[in-house]
Amino acid sequence: MSELFRTCPRSGLVFHKAAESLIKFNAVTAVVFLAVGGVLGLLVVMTRWPAVHLLSADLFYQVLTGHGIIMLLVWIIFFEMAVLYFCSSTLLRCRLATPRFAWLGYVLMLGGAAITGVAILQGGSSVMMTSYVPMPAAPHFYLGLILFAVGALIGCFVFLGTLVVAKNERTYEGSIPLVTFGALTACIIAIFTIASGAIILIPTFLWSVGYISNIDPLMYRVIWWAMGHSSQQINVAAHVSVWYAIAAIVFGARPMSERVSRGAFLLYILFLQLASAHHILVDPGVGTEWKIFNTSYAMYLAVLASMVHGLTVPGSIEVAQREKGYTNGMFEWLRKAPWGNPVFSGMFISLVGFGFLGGITGVVMGTEQINLIIHNTIYVPGHFHPTVVLGTTLAFMALCYFLVPVLFRRELFLPGLAKWQTYLFGGGTALMSLFMMGAGTLGVARRHWDMAFSGAPFSFEFGGAAYMMMGLTGIFGVISVIGGAAFVIVIVGTILLGKKIEDKSEYSTARPAVLPMAPPAPANTGTGFIAPGTFALAVVFLATFVVYYFLNWMYLSSVWPMK
Amino acid sequence: MSALLPPSERIWGNHPLDKVEGTWIAIALVWCLFMFFMMPYWHVFGKQNYAGEAYRTTPAVYSAKVEKMVEAHTVRKETALDIPVVRPPAGSDVYLAGRLWSWYPALELEKDQTYRLHISSLDWQHGFSLQPINVNAQVVPGYEMVLTITPDKSGEYTIICNEFCGALHHTMMGKIYVVDR
Amino acid sequence: MAEPVQRNTNEQEQPVPVLQQILDNPFLLLFLGVVMPTVFYILWGVMEIVTIPMAN
Ligand code: HEM
Ligand SMILES: [Cu+2]
Repeated sequence: MSELFRTCPRSGLVFHKAAESLIKFNAVTAVVFLAVGGVLGLLVVMTRWPAVHLLSADLFYQVLTGHGIIMLLVWIIFFEMAVLYFCSSTLLRCRLATPRFAWLGYVLMLGGAAITGVAILQGGSSVMMTSYVPMPAAPHFYLGLILFAVGALIGCFVFLGTLVVAKNERTYEGSIPLVTFGALTACIIAIFTIASGAIILIPTFLWSVGYISNIDPLMYRVIWWAMGHSSQQINVAAHVSVWYAIAAIVFGARPMSERVSRGAFLLYILFLQLASAHHILVDPGVGTEWKIFNTSYAMYLAVLASMVHGLTVPGSIEVAQREKGYTNGMFEWLRKAPWGNPVFSGMFISLVGFGFLGGITGVVMGTEQINLIIHNTIYVPGHFHPTVVLGTTLAFMALCYFLVPVLFRRELFLPGLAKWQTYLFGGGTALMSLFMMGAGTLGVARRHWDMAFSGAPFSFEFGGAAYMMMGLTGIFGVISVIGGAAFVIVIVGTILLGKKIEDKSEYSTARPAVLPMAPPAPANTGTGFIAPGTFALAVVFLATFVVYYFLNWMYLSSVWPMK
Repeated sequence: MSALLPPSERIWGNHPLDKVEGTWIAIALVWCLFMFFMMPYWHVFGKQNYAGEAYRTTPAVYSAKVEKMVEAHTVRKETALDIPVVRPPAGSDVYLAGRLWSWYPALELEKDQTYRLHISSLDWQHGFSLQPINVNAQVVPGYEMVLTITPDKSGEYTIICNEFCGALHHTMMGKIYVVDR
Repeated sequence: MAEPVQRNTNEQEQPVPVLQQILDNPFLLLFLGVVMPTVFYILWGVMEIVTIPMAN
């Protein structure tokens, strides 16, 4: 069978035709779901904005269930399928293994998402994405999730299969590229995630149709989170890979050291998934040793890995910029970076937002005892919007600004809007999250329709500061949604209305040239730090981390003694 | 574009560490280990911990324990719903139930006395969230969590629910009054 | 390990460092990445739950 390939003249990327269509379909489907989830996010945040309080309680919980599932599962995982196919087939210049299975995976994911979506729309499944038993949802709510997961699992195997094909057919020299390695990390975590999901969701489905009489709710929580939290770790591995990719695309940056970056991904593979314990820290019964070992990813070794990536990604950019002559002072390399290019600005905001807002707060609230003063408050969504929205979603958006024109052979639609989009979305989300964290520190609950508790037998009033923070959450949430809408407009506009790029890029059956090894790095002649600016930023990061960490211990030490 | 290309040499697994990376890894590792040991340290020297004491139970059994305590120690009733306020002896076992949609019963505790506060759910999962000090715990049906507490400031404390538990989740509220002796 | 086919450039005769051998083996990584959390998180966690005593 002869396979069709084309080489993109502008980017030099080699696309296998079958993989290209799959990447396009998965990415576009993802963006459509992002748009839907964004509308739901708007409704959610306008309800949590006390002065607006838009929806009724029932509708709020229904919409919030939809927002969580569509954003966290559907948008992100569809896009990740596109990333997996891109990082295997396209980067390795290899035919995609079994495209038919990949399509089957796509159809299962779409069908599954639709079935769960219908269950939520019907109203009997407003159980939040976590669907904690024994609160029941309709059987097809779980069934849709199971089908979706099976589809994603097929995608993972197609990725692994493509790695095997590439190796056997020798489409590349040496080891796989770092970005592909990062995608492999994501794929491995995804396989564990989906297996855990199967262990818990299949019995829960059987329970919902009456074949099983009881699901232990604590067991459910522990295993559900092996899926729920690990799926966030897929995102981390995927968006870190995207950072490396964008540093290479925009700056031609090379990893500072293959060994260090890959070693850091290895730490992810070994330890990242243990952090599912973050959700079980104030659960009854599960022992302290288990909690401490797992919540700390075995002594924070996966945090170490993230701190390494956080240094090596901007560090590699700094090195590349200095080689181009931006050598003045500590930060000329950063000042002269292409801030008007949304591919770069999106990636950089993603990096900083993920590190400073998402990362620090995640480690702090994942500290066993500190979780006592944070669990289930609105601090929690305040923490994970910076990880999953700033970190993952914004990194994927940045990649789209590069990839969509290349894939669809069209110029970006409204490039002026694209230029502002990353700032609008990044800034709105960052501030929304900060105010959610502030309100959470004051005790405001997550997944809660009314912070005034109307109709409760007793009364309790949060202070003015909590109301103000939730109001600001509302305002910046709306800005964030506007930023998200701008992204959807640019991408959909590009696909439908963008100016066609007339380049000579025909499909042919000729086998693409073997992917060569990277050119050797110039010898490091200096004796000092090769990336002093990045190191300084890293020290600022660490200082913020330390201060914030101790602040929370101080706050904890002021509450009632308990054991 | 070398993160998108194979490493520039076949053997890269023994490249020496760059100075920036090496320094940063060392600093970060120290911080990571510090944060790790902070948790066991606090279990020994800190005052706010949950050591994991819990028992398996059933809603019926647990509910009976709650009722027994309510019958023995109710000191007054509050609100139009006649919610009992229970004043258990200092140092005793106190049973609190989360259910759709209330925390039952209300409690009156003495300042600086220690109580074994049992918490469980009679139906779905709930979130024990004590305001304004913002202490939170997951409440799971079938499991009885024991938190040994020593309220050290008097005043009126409110328990809200911060695990979603259905339409009237936001009305789920209870009270703990801490009084001077 | 028997090594019947020896390639001949200088570079290839160097032994591949162990770390690199691990990192270049996707299925070994897959194995590690599934076993670690299964043992430490899931199995250990399930043990914790089933050993919670009955209330009296
Ligand atoms: C576009 C702007 C967005 C806004 C304004 C927004 C707003 C919110 C708010 C206010 C909450 C908390 C509601 C509550 O707990 O009471 C929430 C929850 C959540 N959001 Fe977003 N969000 C946005 C985008 C996203 C994105 C892009 C993702 C994922 C990639 C996401 C994932 C989630 C998840 C998983 C929850 C938790 C749902 C639950 O508790 O079950 N959000 N969102
Ligand atoms: Cu509740």
